[in-house]
Amino acid sequence: MADFLQLTVSGLSTGMIYALAAAGFVVIYKASDVINFTQGDLLLLGTYLIFFAVAQIGLPWSLGVLVTILLAVAVALAIERLVLRPLIGEPIISMIMVTIGLSSILRGLVNAIWGPAPRSFESFLPEGSVVLGPAVLSTGRLLSIPIALVVLAALWLFFRHTRDGIAMRAIADDQQAALSMGISIPRVFGVAWGLAAASAAIGGIMLGNIVGVTPNVAAIGLHVFPVVILGGLDSIRGAVVGGALIGLLEAYTGGYVGHGLNLVVPYAVLILVLMVRPYGLFGKEIIERV
Amino acid sequence: MQQSRPILEITDISLRFGGVTALSRLGMEVRRGELLALIGPNGAGKTSVINCVSGLYRPQEGTIALVGGDGERHPLTRLPPHRIAALGVARTFQNIELFKHMTVLENLMLGRHVHMTGGVLSGGLYLGRQRRVEIEHRRRVEEIIDFMNLEPLRSREVGNLAYGNQRLVEMARALALEPSILLLDEPTAGMNAEEKESMARFILDVHEERGVTVVVVDHDIDVIMDISDRVVVLDFGRRIAQGTPDEVRRDPAVIDAYLGHARGKPHD
Repeated sequence: MADFLQLTVSGLSTGMIYALAAAGFVVIYKASDVINFTQGDLLLLGTYLIFFAVAQIGLPWSLGVLVTILLAVAVALAIERLVLRPLIGEPIISMIMVTIGLSSILRGLVNAIWGPAPRSFESFLPEGSVVLGPAVLSTGRLLSIPIALVVLAALWLFFRHTRDGIAMRAIADDQQAALSMGISIPRVFGVAWGLAAASAAIGGIMLGNIVGVTPNVAAIGLHVFPVVILGGLDSIRGAVVGGALIGLLEAYTGGYVGHGLNLVVPYAVLILVLMVRPYGLFGKEIIERV
Repeated sequence: MQQSRPILEITDISLRFGGVTALSRLGMEVRRGELLALIGPNGAGKTSVINCVSGLYRPQEGTIALVGGDGERHPLTRLPPHRIAALGVARTFQNIELFKHMTVLENLMLGRHVHMTGGVLSGGLYLGRQRRVEIEHRRRVEEIIDFMNLEPLRSREVGNLAYGNQRLVEMARALALEPSILLLDEPTAGMNAEEKESMARFILDVHEERGVTVVVVDHDIDVIMDISDRVVVLDFGRRIAQGTPDEVRRDPAVIDAYLGHARGKPHD
């Protein structure tokens, strides 16, 4: 029972961080049909930026969080404006190859600036633990769950109620009609990248706190793909549920079955979903008329 | 109604796709307040004109200018589509382009997009003000729903509506933009005679009661032409005639375009 609770909290907390990064992926995919392979690296960037802001510059954590988010958004906007916007209208495969290339570049840059060795970082999420019955749960991990949920809820509200969010849904639904309604596609694409980076950066900040500042975060970032495939490429709700499921599955297989298997499970799920239900749990079932 | 001053001036535009010429040195004007029919056989270039005006196509030569109520000229040929819409140019599409996964009400609210202000942050920060503004947009949209008799359909998802109703929703959404000029691309395509009559009725109402300048594209000489103040006829990307419906109907060039080269007595 203690094990179960502990594994559940640990699975949910990493799962919600996957969800944050995955939600960013979904936002970009919905708005622009771009499969963004840099999404996991934005998570990595968030982790190192918070290290830079808090440990290296010495900002208080609140300001550090703000600076991290702003810098991550700036990087994403630069990518969108300088690399992807000129490619609007090019075949999907070019976009995919470009974001894969960018992903390596981002990872390389982080490595070049901060080096391959793990960096020490004093967590600003509370260090202690909460005792719940037989289980001892890390406060930091426990806290990261509601924090992530608040950010995800904000994203969801954005899509439902704000002018830009609704414009994004409109573009996803019918681009020509959106244009004729006065919706600016460059603006919407920019907002999408900005939001995706902000949400990944928040995930990265939490990873820095609960996992540490190491290049391994990039491997965690890769889990974005099983999450969005499971949840559905175009669904924020899917990102949350998919993130939770993948996180839990990983924790349980790691805890009960054995270490090593947990590394494989997310990708086994990815392959299974693609075979059985390619549009994921919540994705739109696309019916192509030929 | 003052119909003398132009609202849209199209001067010598040419549009080519590779070796195919869609429009060739086409000139025409739309006068403020009129209901203009733009007709021509299939492939004459009518939709291309609409696409050039709304910014989806960019003509290689020539200019298009929108003349504001104050006489100010806005050249459209270099503007992106969303800026043209913001200037008050609304349109519908031949193949109906609606937000299929949204309700009628949501589609119409999107028609208000150019009138809404506020970015990601202010939307979240000034909830109270945002709400008041939204109520005002909502009121205008409700009024259009009423005007177009869409009341029973307002919360239905648009993708599930009957074809004729989708056409009405698309027109209503264009009206929500409060355009100064409304471009309707074959609004009666695929309709039977009765439905065409009722669509023509709606177009007349929009034109007369709301005072919108309307350009209607149609490929037949039929009901739409009869309700128009003026008709421009295209063939092979050129203007071959213009005038009142009666004048155009008698024009030998028009008869020729529609009946082929069997020149002879007018068909009527």
